[in-house]
Amino acid sequence: MAEAKRKPAVGLQPEVDVDWSAYRGVMVVVEHRRDKVAKVSWQLLGESRRLADKLDAPLMAVVIGHEAEDIARQAIGYGAERVYLCDAPELADYRTRPYSRVCLHIIREVKPEIVLFGATYTGRDLAGAIATHLPTGLTADCTQLDVDDNRLLLASRPAFSEKMVATILCKQFKPQMATVRPGVFEALPYDPRRMGEIIRVESPLDRESIRTEVLEFVEAVNRVNLEDAEVIVAGGRGVGGRAGFDLLAKLADALGGQVGASRAAVDLGWISHDHQVGQTGTTVRPKIYIAAGISGAVQHVVGMQNAELIVSINKDPNAPIHRIAHYAIVDDLFEVVPALIEAVQAARPSARVPVV
Amino acid sequence: MLHMVVCIKQVPDSREIRIDPKTNTLIRQGVPAIVNPYDLNGVEAALQIKDQFGGRVTVLTMGPPSADKALRQCVAMGADEGVLISDRAFAGADTLATSYVLAKSIEKAGRLWGQPAIVFCGKQTLDGDTGQVGPGIACRLDYEQLTYVEAIESVDPDRGEVVVRRHLEDGVERVRAPFPVLITVLAEMNKPRRASLPGLLHAQTYQPIVWSTADFEDLDRSKIGLRGSPTVVSKTWVPEPRQVDTEFLKGETGEVTSRLAQVLVERLQTVQGA
Ligand SMILES: Cc1cc2nc3c(=O)[nH]c(=O)nc-3n(C[C@H](O)[C@H](O)[C@H](O)COP(=O)(O)OP(=O)(O)OC[C@H]3O[C@@H](n4cnc5c(N)ncnc54)[C@H](O)[C@@H]3O)c2cc1C
Repeated sequence: MAEAKRKPAVGLQPEVDVDWSAYRGVMVVVEHRRDKVAKVSWQLLGESRRLADKLDAPLMAVVIGHEAEDIARQAIGYGAERVYLCDAPELADYRTRPYSRVCLHIIREVKPEIVLFGATYTGRDLAGAIATHLPTGLTADCTQLDVDDNRLLLASRPAFSEKMVATILCKQFKPQMATVRPGVFEALPYDPRRMGEIIRVESPLDRESIRTEVLEFVEAVNRVNLEDAEVIVAGGRGVGGRAGFDLLAKLADALGGQVGASRAAVDLGWISHDHQVGQTGTTVRPKIYIAAGISGAVQHVVGMQNAELIVSINKDPNAPIHRIAHYAIVDDLFEVVPALIEAVQAARPSARVPVV
Repeated sequence: MLHMVVCIKQVPDSREIRIDPKTNTLIRQGVPAIVNPYDLNGVEAALQIKDQFGGRVTVLTMGPPSADKALRQCVAMGADEGVLISDRAFAGADTLATSYVLAKSIEKAGRLWGQPAIVFCGKQTLDGDTGQVGPGIACRLDYEQLTYVEAIESVDPDRGEVVVRRHLEDGVERVRAPFPVLITVLAEMNKPRRASLPGLLHAQTYQPIVWSTADFEDLDRSKIGLRGSPTVVSKTWVPEPRQVDTEFLKGETGEVTSRLAQVLVERLQTVQGA
């Protein structure tokens, strides 16, 4: 048949002809709770600086909250040129409806071409609502970002239990949106002298429309914070049990670090899930990562491969963990770790004095 | 009557997916299909509320005809009705298009069996891993949105409200929200029940309701399936492991560890000095 086949229109098309050219710049939605900013927000500003430079476009931040001006100033210190600050008593607690309405209002006014959120509980909650309202495409849990010559955001994310990576585009809509995994990108060094502008935005909210109420926030005590740890001593199935983890805790203490774990160790009940590193745990980028009795499955490795220095201790010479380690020791961890604790204490006697 | 809807998805058990080392593509053959685990926690949550207050639980899934098996599993657990939303035109949907079809289906279910007071979704799926469909539905239906819920503290059908505990990175938040509300649930919330014997027998002969595009009066064709999806996958690849020049530390344990300790302590000094 000679009839030429028409290519089907792939992807959602805007309802009317829209001129997207007014959409410029990269916008990061800053997340904070009780005066503490989620680190991923600053990491996003760091990576977005690179994207904005490549696009020759401004880098902007959005801060929503109550008495949050100081956070807006910090955003400038971390690289934002312009910060849109919406400050109102009813915005003290995060709630989807008011926060998404404020973000939508700012996005429609400012017209950024890219909007990024941390792939945290709150970031995912908020981004999902906003993308549906606009509407636009949203890519979840990205681990790589770039822009091409057509100003398209190349949002890449792991797929199929980290066995593959997929690059996802949103060609027909602006802004292009993504949530980004914490711990993957690096923040710029904080510089209080950096110059930027804070633009105050009136809250567009009708208070009556806010029906959800945050009754209480109960801070988790003793929940480990692997994201902020400079040193992580992690153990896997090879550690053999809780006693083995006590040994690792001693090494972590000597180095001023925290204890991490593979999923196998968590599943065996030797240590709680907040210690788990990897795809279904935390992504970390400490200065030093020591993996003891961990084989190095891809789901674990994705969570720690950005550590600056990796040490593997595993008696199997063919364990994949050795291949991504800077220093590898093929030996029994129950021989190596006690000796290493002593050696660290000898090399660093001050480390035994608790630092307050 | 208290009507609750649970959105579920049949997914390939991703733990079983392998990569063909020659072609660098996924081997999907022989991978078992399961109900997305978090969705079963949603079914259990709805059934527990029904046990306490009475009501009706409808389970919805958008998927291929073979997904009827997933619905039967939920009916065996105790769900009242299962609806399969199935049509070739729905295929290829991203989260935006999926939430559109599910929202339309929930509206239709509401016209048939009463407006759902609570809609449950799993916190995310094993295969898509986005957690975006729940918020998408809440937004389209203008429901209150409660994501990452680890416990339902109380349900008050008379006042029409729930109090839940949301899991956050650094703690737990207690939130009260009025009906109608969409809740996405974590695995911690409950342990999905096993089907009872009568439940299994009932499910064996149970035929889920099937809705195709023709069953909706008000479906905007441009918003469904591949055509209704703003995102496209431009490429996929198998990631290369990071290239490192590994130095194998060999020799007597004492020597090896003191050399390593030296390196580690030096690293930390430069860190702390910086
Ligand atoms: C969807 C999905 C998500 C996942 N998410 C994660 C995740 O977030 N994090 C994660 O870690 N895993 C995750 N996994 C699991 C992952 O695939 C591996 O199963 C897991 O990481 C293995 O843990 P392991 O290395 O401790 O155990 P194993 O693979 O059993 O390795 C134990 C290692 O210890 C060594 N060993 C034993 N005894 C000693 C000794 N005395 N001295 C020295 N070495 C010794 C052995 O040689 C072996 O290499 C996930 C899997 C799936 C399917």
